[in-house]
Amino acid sequence: MEALLSLIIGALVGCGTYLVLRGRTFPVVLGLTLLSYGVNLFLFATGRLVVGLPPVISSGAAGYTDPLPQALVLTAIVISFGMTAFVIMLSLKARAELGNDHVDGRPSPGDRP
Amino acid sequence: MTHLPLLPVLLPLLTGILLLLLRSAMPLAVRRWINLGAVAAQVALALAILMAVAGGDILVYALGNWPAPYGIVLVADRLTAWMLLITALLAFFALLHGIQGTDRYGHHFHPLFQLQLFGLNGAFLTGDIFNLFVFFEILLLSSYGLLLHGGGRERTRAGLHFVVLNLAGSTLFLFAAGSLYGMLGTLNMADLALKVAATPPEDLGLVRAAGLLLFGVFALKAALIPLHLWLPAAYSATSAPVAALFAIMTKVGAYGLLRVGTLIFGPEAGPLGGLYVPWLLPLALLTLTIGALGAFSATALRRQVAYLVVVSVGLLLTAFGLWSRGGIAAGLYYLAHSTLAAGAFFLLADRIAQGRGPLADRLSPGPAIPHPGLVGALFFAVAILSAGLPPLSGFVGKLLVVRAAIADPAWPWVMGLVLASGLLAVIALARSGSLLFFRTEGPATAAAPARAAGLALAPAVGLVVLCLILLIWAGPILQLGQATAEQLLQPQDYVRAVLGTSGEGGRPR
Repeated sequence: MEALLSLIIGALVGCGTYLVLRGRTFPVVLGLTLLSYGVNLFLFATGRLVVGLPPVISSGAAGYTDPLPQALVLTAIVISFGMTAFVIMLSLKARAELGNDHVDGRPSPGDRP
Repeated sequence: MTHLPLLPVLLPLLTGILLLLLRSAMPLAVRRWINLGAVAAQVALALAILMAVAGGDILVYALGNWPAPYGIVLVADRLTAWMLLITALLAFFALLHGIQGTDRYGHHFHPLFQLQLFGLNGAFLTGDIFNLFVFFEILLLSSYGLLLHGGGRERTRAGLHFVVLNLAGSTLFLFAAGSLYGMLGTLNMADLALKVAATPPEDLGLVRAAGLLLFGVFALKAALIPLHLWLPAAYSATSAPVAALFAIMTKVGAYGLLRVGTLIFGPEAGPLGGLYVPWLLPLALLTLTIGALGAFSATALRRQVAYLVVVSVGLLLTAFGLWSRGGIAAGLYYLAHSTLAAGAFFLLADRIAQGRGPLADRLSPGPAIPHPGLVGALFFAVAILSAGLPPLSGFVGKLLVVRAAIADPAWPWVMGLVLASGLLAVIALARSGSLLFFRTEGPATAAAPARAAGLALAPAVGLVVLCLILLIWAGPILQLGQATAEQLLQPQDYVRAVLGTSGEGGRPR
């Protein structure tokens, strides 16, 4: 399970980094989303991975899973959700005002005017 | 437990919400006065906190009375109080400029302004690394809104870069905080300080990686080389009151570096102690140099001022990077000075740009500026402040930094680069001043009455007067800085205050 999860986090962050470095706003936004997915999974894993154990204290529990990372992930998800919404609106605004979807707002040679 | 540390967080939050709700119910004039009143109250609050902690006490506020390290705490020590005071003072004058028309260009200037202060105050007060992340997000989200306030092509372009870069930075912050929690099992900064010192040898590498990730995040916020590229475009494209308020934003990064560098990776952190020491000073000196070259080559006044902000970050972090009592004290003095001076310069540059019609702030010969005597005198004062020439407070700050550097083995570098960058800044500003005020072509644009012009310049004048106060009271302020530095270099007191006094009657450790 650990190997699978770390592979997934690695793949998400790798793809996210690649996409963030692209020149158009759409891949950049997508890359930021992948990065935030990667980091959310990472945060989740910082509490160690266990299966079928309760997060709250109960008398019959054999062990516990750490509830704090789940709260952190929840916060991080909400924040990244809001940020993604904002950056999408901003990219649309940039597309409208600058006339193209390049992150620097300059048309590349292949663009039609 | 006093509720004082909570108020600087609560007041802007509630005022921001109130202003949002009142948007259609109240005329603009009323909302302006509410906002101004709230910022003035924050100045008073910051002063009250400074009075309370100046003697060396550390105020700890456990939210919901859950004891640290399990609950979340707000901590006010001398450094926090000093940062709160500078923020509130700068915000007051930036807002005074903002209510003279800037707030009409968009809808939510006033709520965003208060929420920005909410994020800033929270970031300075929190004693929890994850909450630091949350407050960073709050201040960033409102700064995105403020940066784009008014709209326009340049602003959108610069805003997009700023937002994407900071979102990537936030992701790194989460990775750092997650790794620290995963390795050490706590997020409370005081508790982290204890746990880092007791890191088992096999975990050292991961904790070090997390610490350096945090360094990267703070360096991005502080615009340290090579992460400074977003700053000139963002600061020069946005509206003047926002740019002035943003003068404190780079200092948030500097605050983070200082806090984490002294508390968590401080002298007592065992093998991880001084994690930031080898990195900060060289990078800060490079920042200083590149910033000065940028200011020298800028073709517009606001961009030049933005590069001067980079210079001030470089000098500030050079002082912090000495990690000595004298260095940190000098840095804290220079921090106040550079923030206020940069704010004044942005406000003044806006007035100059308005007086030059379509040429705006481009550095090329243009029409004469209305009221050249008044504006020119102010430009002269602000330029002296920014370049660090005697007799104003910039010189005192620079002198303190250079004097503190003598004890450091790297002193030739510090002295050479600080003086060289100062020279470059002087030449650049002299050139700008002569272009703007002497090489004028054609008649001046219609001048406003002297009284209106004076009112328009009043916020910038107010910030310059604050710099004069810094100069006059340099002695007491420096003493406060030294006391702050001592407190920072002895993190045991902070740790004891946070972990010892929470919960009634103390908790066995």
